[in-house]
Amino acid sequence: MRIKADRGVCVGAGQCVLTEPAVFDQGDDGLVVLLDEAPEGARAEAARTAVDLCPSGALSLVED
Amino acid sequence: MTETSAPTTEPTAFPQPRGCPFHTEAPYRDLREQQPVSRVTLPTGMRSWLLTRHEDVRAMLADPRFSADRRTPGFPLFAPGQFAVRDQAPSMITLDGSEHSAARRAVISEFSVKRIAALAPRIQEIVDGFVDDLLAGPKPADLVRALSLPVPSLVICEMLGVPYEDHDYFQSRTTRLIKRATPAEERLRVITELRGYLASLVDAKIAHPTDDVLGRQIERHRAERGAPDREVLTSLAVLLLVAGHETTANMISLGTLALLNHPDQLEQLRADPARTPLAVEEMLRYFTIAEFVTSRIALEDVELGGVTIRAGEGVVGEALSANRDDRAFTDPEALDLDRGRTNHVAFGFGPHQCLGQNLARKELQIVFDTLVRRVPTLALAADVVDLPYKDDATIYGVYELPVTW
Repeated sequence: MRIKADRGVCVGAGQCVLTEPAVFDQGDDGLVVLLDEAPEGARAEAARTAVDLCPSGALSLVED
Repeated sequence: MTETSAPTTEPTAFPQPRGCPFHTEAPYRDLREQQPVSRVTLPTGMRSWLLTRHEDVRAMLADPRFSADRRTPGFPLFAPGQFAVRDQAPSMITLDGSEHSAARRAVISEFSVKRIAALAPRIQEIVDGFVDDLLAGPKPADLVRALSLPVPSLVICEMLGVPYEDHDYFQSRTTRLIKRATPAEERLRVITELRGYLASLVDAKIAHPTDDVLGRQIERHRAERGAPDREVLTSLAVLLLVAGHETTANMISLGTLALLNHPDQLEQLRADPARTPLAVEEMLRYFTIAEFVTSRIALEDVELGGVTIRAGEGVVGEALSANRDDRAFTDPEALDLDRGRTNHVAFGFGPHQCLGQNLARKELQIVFDTLVRRVPTLALAADVVDLPYKDDATIYGVYELPVTW
């Protein structure tokens, strides 16, 4: 599973960073930055939750 | 306005009074089960659609075919003259699409998780200061005046660069804006006064640069537009100041009440403060104080939950009902501080989801941790059902919370 993040859509709510800070961060502009594009194990589960919580639809899952 | 799907009953009056949050009978359960997309009459007499299911509320708020432009005739109004100042530069909550995105992007970095985390030591100082004053004062005390209002008020003042000495001026006006009974003329006068106050402040900051959110926005305007736009900056200042204190204040009061009303769950937090962040999420879900700020107007015909909503019709995404939907939450009527992370919509959903949510979370976490640690004997000095709950306001809460220790 891979994560895709669209910075053009992101609204900087920060829900992903709260949910899994090992996978998601915010840049100096407040927009999403991916730290791990292919998380595994517990990180992958948390990343799925983050995708669901993302209010703007900037995050998506790509199943391998 | 034309009816598009024949309603089976007369429109229900909305919102339902909430009263004591712990004795409310499963809010909106019947509508959610029987007529999840229904017609309602708002306190202003306007008709609107009401969405009561979590899935529909999220879908609507994320759908660009629904507009947040409060200036559009037909937008659901809950109080007379609610969005009366239509000719001023609109703030981001009123904008759609790329205009909204540009306005929001100008301030996102001020409210990022990292920036807010860096404010935590100062927020802790502020909370400790007001708790010191509370403990040094007479018992019983009103927690709303002693802690709930002053903490978020001082925090947002320092962030924006607004003199805290003026807090009575803008707090009393914000309270009147949020009361639904405030007549349209008074609402207009109050918002005009608030705008005037903040416009003078913006002018002072344009003349003498300051290192705060407003000062940095002025610099940004100079870099991007050549000169600061006073109207745009004033609208932003009004939005951040009003949204920044009344909401968090109500959650401080209600969250404290929740802990005092559930002593077993309070003890768990005292034993393990690492639980507090997710406990705060559950408080946000359970109380959902801004239950109909999540209103929109359809830009085109949209089918939702088997009903066609026509262009120009108003829609209220009922956030409290969504957060009590058993399709989305197990045992939703129970306050369970151990529930874990959920996809509640207490901060809304879609591109307009609360800009200040991470600031609110941090303030709430610090307040509850501090109260639990420093005031272990804190107790309610009134009966929970008799408290003056804000059933007459656009943001739910409690006017007074008598406590002792």
